[in-house]
Amino acid sequence: MPREGILVHTPYERMTNEQVLQVHQASIQILNEPGLISFNREATEIFHSNGAEVASVSSSDNPCWLVKIPEELVLHALDSAPKTVKLGARNKDNSLVMNGEEPRVFFVSGSETNIWLDVDFQPYVKKSDPNIEVMVPEFHPRRGTVLDLCQAAHLCEHLETLDAFIRPVNIQDKDITEDNKDVNKFFASLNNTTKHVMAGLTSLKQLDNVVNMAKLIAGGGEELKENPIISFITCLVKSPLQFVEDTTQTLIEICRRGLPIVVSSSPQAGTTAPIKEGGIMAQINAEVLAGVTLSQLVSKGTPVLYGSVPVRARLDNLSDSYGAPESSQYNIDCVQMARFYKLPCYSTAGVCDTKTPGMQTSVERLFSDILVTLSGPQYLHCAYGLLDGNSTFCLLQAVLDDAHFQMIKFFLRPPRVSQAEIDDTLKQIREVVATPQKLYIRYIRPMLRSGQLSMPYPFEGDGETDNVLALAYERMKQLLSQPVEHIDPATTSRVFQEIPGILSRLNVYEERKEQ
Amino acid sequence: MAEDIIKLIKENVVLGRVNRDDEGIDEGMLGQPGVSELTEKALALGVSPVDIINNGLTAGMEIVGQKFEAKEYFIPDMLASAEAVGVAMEILNPHLAKSGIKDKGKIVVATVKGDIHDIGKNIVSILLRGAGYMVTDIGNNVDPQAIVDAVRDEKPQFLGLSALLTSTMVHMADTMQALRENGLRDKVKVIIGGAPVSEEFAKSIGADGYGADGFQAVRIVESLASAEDK
Ligand code: B12
Repeated sequence: MPREGILVHTPYERMTNEQVLQVHQASIQILNEPGLISFNREATEIFHSNGAEVASVSSSDNPCWLVKIPEELVLHALDSAPKTVKLGARNKDNSLVMNGEEPRVFFVSGSETNIWLDVDFQPYVKKSDPNIEVMVPEFHPRRGTVLDLCQAAHLCEHLETLDAFIRPVNIQDKDITEDNKDVNKFFASLNNTTKHVMAGLTSLKQLDNVVNMAKLIAGGGEELKENPIISFITCLVKSPLQFVEDTTQTLIEICRRGLPIVVSSSPQAGTTAPIKEGGIMAQINAEVLAGVTLSQLVSKGTPVLYGSVPVRARLDNLSDSYGAPESSQYNIDCVQMARFYKLPCYSTAGVCDTKTPGMQTSVERLFSDILVTLSGPQYLHCAYGLLDGNSTFCLLQAVLDDAHFQMIKFFLRPPRVSQAEIDDTLKQIREVVATPQKLYIRYIRPMLRSGQLSMPYPFEGDGETDNVLALAYERMKQLLSQPVEHIDPATTSRVFQEIPGILSRLNVYEERKEQ
Repeated sequence: MAEDIIKLIKENVVLGRVNRDDEGIDEGMLGQPGVSELTEKALALGVSPVDIINNGLTAGMEIVGQKFEAKEYFIPDMLASAEAVGVAMEILNPHLAKSGIKDKGKIVVATVKGDIHDIGKNIVSILLRGAGYMVTDIGNNVDPQAIVDAVRDEKPQFLGLSALLTSTMVHMADTMQALRENGLRDKVKVIIGGAPVSEEFAKSIGADGYGADGFQAVRIVESLASAEDK
């Protein structure tokens, strides 16, 4: 049985059908005029041999081409791209089945932050009354490592609402190089969670090592096809409308290997995309369609996700402003476009600008978490634990986020209104009004015991104290003390023998000598 | 007359209008001369380039800076004004040279090999142009050798390198090494920037400066330039 996620019964949509068609048609026009600049030779050739008009626009040291993608190619691709995509998992009960027409949301961690935020609590004594002591969180930022990634995967394994894992921390150990980074990030993730693992690829040279590792862990090539425990994300289009040389090659190679892939575009309204909603929508949709079309031309039937990470520019420094309401508007519009094409959608929410866990962080995050979830994207990168515009990851924040997603999931349960329920409660009403106390209290209990009532906020303090962070910290430690099911010893030893470059300190069956 | 036109230049810098096709923030301005037409006209009227710079461009930028501090202006406003000043400086530079006035200097900028992030680098370029420097932007994903070639050919006083990925920061070090190997290291001051790099990293690769944002980029170039002059 795959994971359930949460089905959004009536997804929130902003655009009318007419507006959706307008965006679609504008994107089709963009793909033809101006078309895309391609810095990737092979992609250009693939488009050319399938009937796209191609012209060289190279400068002396930078070969590139203008590619005009005709409508039929896009429509064919939309036809052949699977409407249902399965993402497997080491534990098959953790696999995800996403149908482009069904707004069932799966919540996912994500991004590759450079900074890892350690937390500890220190006692502070009140100056005017030394008998009063409180525990205050202290935050210590540092560069992320591969063992941090193991810990992140471990915690995420135990976060109830988290359905799949994208590595939230960039591994920057001294012995991590471009040539061994991919195998280490995938192994560290796969070995510490039994959920689905998705990541971007750092070096194309590592792709086969990563795929071979996944085959070993899944139990063979066919098994991996049937249960794709890993998948990839590529930003092959750089906004506006440019196929990047290396990430486009990565997409081509991954499609050839038949693994699921997110075709993602991340334009910023105001800098790399028009500031007007219709404009950024037409452009991002064209960019994603271009990627989807390429994926299907490389290999018909490649499982792809419509990947959308649109944001608005911050006005003070032109960084991404995920907290701006417009960013959520664009994301929700993209979900609607993906549904129009019946493709499963990768969307984004939850990113905040604040630098440490706390009240502002939760407010900022929940705003987009709730809104974008309501629109029903199938695969929602909702930034568990991320802070500071995706630059920092903190386990404590991830624990808080999990609690908030539990509330969102609860909220999204279908309405409990049926004739039988109404008849039953009418009976209750008549009974209660006939009693002297006129209270319904006794009817709470069966609801409570059958899990039909939401529980109190798990990190609520006593009285007037705000103990949220301290309580969440306790929960975090408790989750980390629960074991995870690692890859078995025999497979681990084969992985270490056959896949070059994995650091020995990741082998849980060997003494950790270095550490 | 000269005063009027300098006043107009200043006002148009504040409005961030490059030329007559630029509506700035007000559609009503469309068709009226912008900073570039006004600068040409001022020169034709015989106004001295130094006057145009000091009382038109710089005075305008000062007001923009105040509005930015007061949160009345945002970065897009700042960049529009800087762009207008940059265009005016391009017009003025040959005249400065003719009258024997030293220009502020040249800077080559690039995002290093393997890295396609260029929004930050582009902002840095606009602000440096706005501060009066001649900027040659050689693009993103630029090989150390291509950077060396540009430094050799363009002979800039400054080189600005940008990287946004921890995996491409190393190419900044490679570029420094390539400059050394080609005997160019002491011909150019190197400044670096981008989210993953730091002052400390700049020191470790032997760069001359680090800037956390576009404004710091200008400040660091100005301070390196004045150190040079001494
Ligand atoms: C926008 C963006 C993109 C866009 C780039 C668009 C463009 N035209 O540049 C797209 C979507 C194409 C993209 C692609 C990728 N990205 Co990206 N991207 C970002 C993002 C969100 C913002 C960067 C940005 O433009 N900021 C706004 C500008 C204004 O700020 P800035 O660049 O920092 O520049 C300022 C200062 O740093 C300074 N400065 C900059 N340069 C210089 C130079 C000098 C000389 C000086 C003095 C100062 C200076 O001044 C600037 C102005 O104030 C960052 C997140 C982040 N927190 O930085 C991720 C981020 C950098 N990307 C990341 C990744 C992983 C990628 C991809 C590899 C994703 C993939 N799997 O395909 C690809 C990279 C492909 C490649 N080969 O480069 C990671 C990097 C992690 C790491 N490993 O280090 C980040 C940190 C996001 C994350 N947390 O996961 N990305």
